Amino acid sequence: MADTATTHPPAPARSTARPDLRMFLTRHGAWVALALLVLFNLAVTPNFATWQTLNVNLTQVCAIVIVAVGMTLVIATGGIDLSVGSLMAIAGALAPLIFMGKLFPLPHLYVGIALAFVVPVLVAGAFGWFNGFLITRLRIQPIIATLVLFIAGRGIAQVMTNGNLQVFKVPEFQYIGLGRLFGVPFQALLMLVIVLAAAWMLRRTVFGRQILAVGGNERAARLSGIPVVSVKRRVYLISGLLSGIAGLIVIARNSAADANLVGLGMELDAIAAVAVGGTLLTGGRATIIGTLVGALIIQLVRYTLLANGVPDAAALIAKAAIIVLAVWLQRQARS
Amino acid sequence: MGRLDTARLVRAIGRYGVLLALVVLILFGWLRYENFLGSYNVLSVLRYNSMFALVALGMCFVIITGGIDLSVGSTAALGSVVAALLSPYGVLPGLLGGLAAGFAVGAINAFVIIRLNILPFIATLATMLAASGCALLLANNQSVSVSYESGFTELGQGDFLGFPIPAWIGLVAYLAGSLVLNLTAFGRTVLAVGGNEDATRLMGLPTTRVKAAVYILSGALAGLAGVILAAQFGAGQPIEGVGWELFAIASVVVGGTLLTGGVGSVGSTLAGVLLLGLIFNILNFENGLGWISLSAYWQSVIRGALLLVVVAIQARLVARSDDVHA
Repeated sequence: MADTATTHPPAPARSTARPDLRMFLTRHGAWVALALLVLFNLAVTPNFATWQTLNVNLTQVCAIVIVAVGMTLVIATGGIDLSVGSLMAIAGALAPLIFMGKLFPLPHLYVGIALAFVVPVLVAGAFGWFNGFLITRLRIQPIIATLVLFIAGRGIAQVMTNGNLQVFKVPEFQYIGLGRLFGVPFQALLMLVIVLAAAWMLRRTVFGRQILAVGGNERAARLSGIPVVSVKRRVYLISGLLSGIAGLIVIARNSAADANLVGLGMELDAIAAVAVGGTLLTGGRATIIGTLVGALIIQLVRYTLLANGVPDAAALIAKAAIIVLAVWLQRQARS
Repeated sequence: MGRLDTARLVRAIGRYGVLLALVVLILFGWLRYENFLGSYNVLSVLRYNSMFALVALGMCFVIITGGIDLSVGSTAALGSVVAALLSPYGVLPGLLGGLAAGFAVGAINAFVIIRLNILPFIATLATMLAASGCALLLANNQSVSVSYESGFTELGQGDFLGFPIPAWIGLVAYLAGSLVLNLTAFGRTVLAVGGNEDATRLMGLPTTRVKAAVYILSGALAGLAGVILAAQFGAGQPIEGVGWELFAIASVVVGGTLLTGGVGSVGSTLAGVLLLGLIFNILNFENGLGWISLSAYWQSVIRGALLLVVVAIQARLVARSDDVHA
């Protein structure tokens, strides 16, 4: 991770020279890949073009996308957040403790449910802010600073629940993971709102441009008066908040919270989605929609393989190949 | 003058701070608990932690070059499966099979990082998934029991001269690693690459070959750790090794090796592994005394807190030496 040469200029200048096929593929490769996958499935996989298939794939991908949106912002500043899975576990462990009244007596169930939506997300956000604090104040490298909570965070979740599985059945709370609005899973709508909001923010707001400036060239950003420290702290805070939401979705979907499993390996899934989506891993260039497409590609490849009888383990190898291929194509585009 | 002193101070604290902490922890355990330094406890701690020590040794070399290897955990799992599958044919096939599997993953890492010019972080993330997939495929999604007739389990459970065999393997690996890093041209080049890769290349040193070698070394050591895992627990375990890479990174960092590369020590890495391992051990003893009852889950909280303290101190020292440099 030493070579953070992030001073490369934006691409448009050279793309006008020769709009050849390779350039097109590297630019829009993610979309092309997604389209090819859909076409392939339409031709090969039985019952692919059904409402149910769409819903299955969407629900599989929601939590990953929500976390990956935060990860995209973090990576855009040139950082990384390994703690997302552990923060999901913390939020997931905390919510049932609250609405089952194990932390404090509840005046009414609905108060508990309201608190169970708000408090865990805020707690995860606070931990995210702590990551940002370590990185900006103590100047610890992001990968190590977030490694602290990666290790300790799951431990905190396990200690809170004593490692026990918390089973529950609270439809009002579980709406976030199981509910449907106009026949579409609520979590998919939530994901869509988050993706659109983040994409708008990154493109159209000052904060969004500041994020990219910090990732592109931190020194230059500081010299031009951008509040680098505050920008960085905010992206880690956002990543924490989004991890908290994803944690709630996962436990609501499972009707159970298992601190040992919630969010396990999520940091890798999220990073993979970001990388496949075309965000520069060294920072400075990012695309939220790309991250959504990246996550959909990874999910759809897995679905395609499973639906056609390939074991899940082989799908892991395919996923590895996709990640390497996607990043390699990005490299080709730049060199 | 001041610059040299501060740099030396940083390195000294990085290197001896962890040793000091380890000695304090051992003294604490010795004074507080009966049998803490009894041979049974000492030998079982060494036996169990030898796997992590091997993985951390490879990670130490990789990190010194300024890279990172996230694939070691699933490489160890793959190594354990291959070793378990080959164990009916004897000790040597099992051992070599596990090593070869790790070697192969390391070679793929080296190829992707150097030839395809992909960041070590993302390249080894991909091979982590791939190795895990291979392990699950080979093992048919379940653990593979090893053969008890061929003597393969001796590699994990046996003793030699009253000392566990895995601990011997770890000890030899660390001695060799220390000699290689400090006394050979290869070792000095590893340090030079991490310090300044461009300068090293311009000096005519084989940076590419050295970088390839550290990833292959890391893979092979992870494969070896997998062999010990299979031998110790009597089964090749395709889903073991989750989070080992981060444990190894934590050990290396606690040992005072800087993640920016160029600085590092093999001996301190071992101290880092033992420090993190002993926390679990002391937690068990403390629970045994009955004053407190902390579940095993506390160990990761304590480990995380320890990592935090160490990196915070490191960051302060580095910041101070940077100030002096500037």
